[in-house]
Amino acid sequence: MVKQLTVFLENSPGRLARLTRALGDAGVNMRALMVADTAEFGVVRIICDRTDVAKDSLEAAGFSVSVTDVIAVAVPDHPGGLADILEVLGAEDINVEYAYCFVEPGGTSAVDVFRVERVSDAMRALGEAGIRVLRAEEV
Amino acid sequence: MFQPHDETMDRARLDALQLERLNALLSRVYENVPTYRRKFDDAGVSPHVDSLAELAEFPFTVKDDLRAGYPYGMFAVPMKDIVRLHSSSGTTGQVTVVGYTAGDLDRWADLMARTIAAAGGTDEDVVQIAYGYGLFTGGLGAHYGAERLGCATIPISGGNTKRQVQVMKDFGTTILACTPSYALLIAETARDMGIDPAGLSLKAGVFGAEPWSENTRTEIERQFDITAIDIYGLSEVLGPGVAAECECKCGLHVNEDHFIIEIVDTETLRPVPDGERGEVVFTTLTKEGIPVVRYRTRDISRIVPGECACGRTFRRLERVTGRSDDMLIIRGVNVFPSQIEQVLLGIPGVAPYYQVVLSRKGSMDHVEVHVEVSPEVNFDEVKTLERLRGRVSAEIASALAVSIAVKLVEPRSIQRSEGKAKRVIDLRAEGSE
Repeated sequence: MVKQLTVFLENSPGRLARLTRALGDAGVNMRALMVADTAEFGVVRIICDRTDVAKDSLEAAGFSVSVTDVIAVAVPDHPGGLADILEVLGAEDINVEYAYCFVEPGGTSAVDVFRVERVSDAMRALGEAGIRVLRAEEV
Repeated sequence: MFQPHDETMDRARLDALQLERLNALLSRVYENVPTYRRKFDDAGVSPHVDSLAELAEFPFTVKDDLRAGYPYGMFAVPMKDIVRLHSSSGTTGQVTVVGYTAGDLDRWADLMARTIAAAGGTDEDVVQIAYGYGLFTGGLGAHYGAERLGCATIPISGGNTKRQVQVMKDFGTTILACTPSYALLIAETARDMGIDPAGLSLKAGVFGAEPWSENTRTEIERQFDITAIDIYGLSEVLGPGVAAECECKCGLHVNEDHFIIEIVDTETLRPVPDGERGEVVFTTLTKEGIPVVRYRTRDISRIVPGECACGRTFRRLERVTGRSDDMLIIRGVNVFPSQIEQVLLGIPGVAPYYQVVLSRKGSMDHVEVHVEVSPEVNFDEVKTLERLRGRVSAEIASALAVSIAVKLVEPRSIQRSEGKAKRVIDLRAEGSE
């Protein structure tokens, strides 16, 4: 299980830049950043090293931050790799709220991040199917 | 009760007192203020009445009369008798100047002492005056009332909210006097400082100077664990101290030994019976510096019929939910910003901070309510936010009978007010979009 930071952002010029600058100034390195937008606001999801430092520095800069548990899985780099994983969750009737992926530099596999309804059930099902769920320090 | 002899006088005695004071007022303004002499002559009324009902034949005084006389044209005494000047807060339009004689200040202190006593205040209390001091009547008005009652009075004025919290804690403040929106900011700031507002020694608050809703009262009472009462006044009539709730919180007792209140129909401008809504009109019976006859406040309310359990015989003005000047007309529907506040406070997940933004899209007025998402909301999932926005939108539509666009904004992004909150932002003159 991995801690993800979520920041509620208004859609206005420079807001995302200020967010990333605040993280940069705090010496936080981002692994993944995903922006979900609607017409009026955005929700920015971040996976980074030193989650606590990142959260404090964002709040000090006036952002509203919540911490969410997500599941990160190393997905083999071949056709159907992601489908195998999603079928495991589907078979358990676990709904995926959202997902995104990123590639580790120099790695042979992609990392997929899932937000699911029942995190512990999902972890167990993935484990039983032999799929390796990444620990926080592995991401 | 600070002046029980006056505050519980029987209605027959009160009527006689009002009639006597009214006649003294009418001849005083007729003699000393050219505007009143001209208006009375034009209306064909002589400055004497045989009954209180005859007051309805007299012309109204409006804000423009005071503006036209700016600065001292409406004063009824020579400047040598004026010892204090205040000015209207300029919430709407050009400011006006009001002058007080020593006698006016003395009576004002009594009336504000009544107000603080009605909130449960005694000479044992420590009162923190966080209304602005200065030209605004709120700060000094509450200040002299608190001193008259014998309270230990802290003249901290508005602003520097962290210091407000620190003083409240260190000085053991028991009664807070400020605007309701500022009270909420003080509570929020206290929590930010790691101080539980409900754990302070505060027991009551006297809040006014802006319209506020019953839900805001509930919220303030819960956050500080206090009794919050509504007080009412306007500088043109006196300042704070015109009317205030008692512990029953069922309407604001008008200090009728010093003011005559009328409610008039907004169309015909004729007085309506107790219980019916209309515009609130005041006549000052004892003011010397700048008395007013039938001053139209633009406030919409009604007299609460019946007697109050507290023993005061003064009639009660229902909480003023909005000034007609603040009223927005959205697609033909009258909307007061305080109605929006009432809705928001009933919805978990949004903070009681909002702004109504008026802009122009093409030739159409566009209205949008900006609502702060509460920091406690788990906003990780967009659908949570969409649901919240949908709920706010639906509840506003249902309460106001008009649908208004709702925009969720970041927690703590709407400017906090240290005095009167700015609820309406009008961008229409800027020709946006």
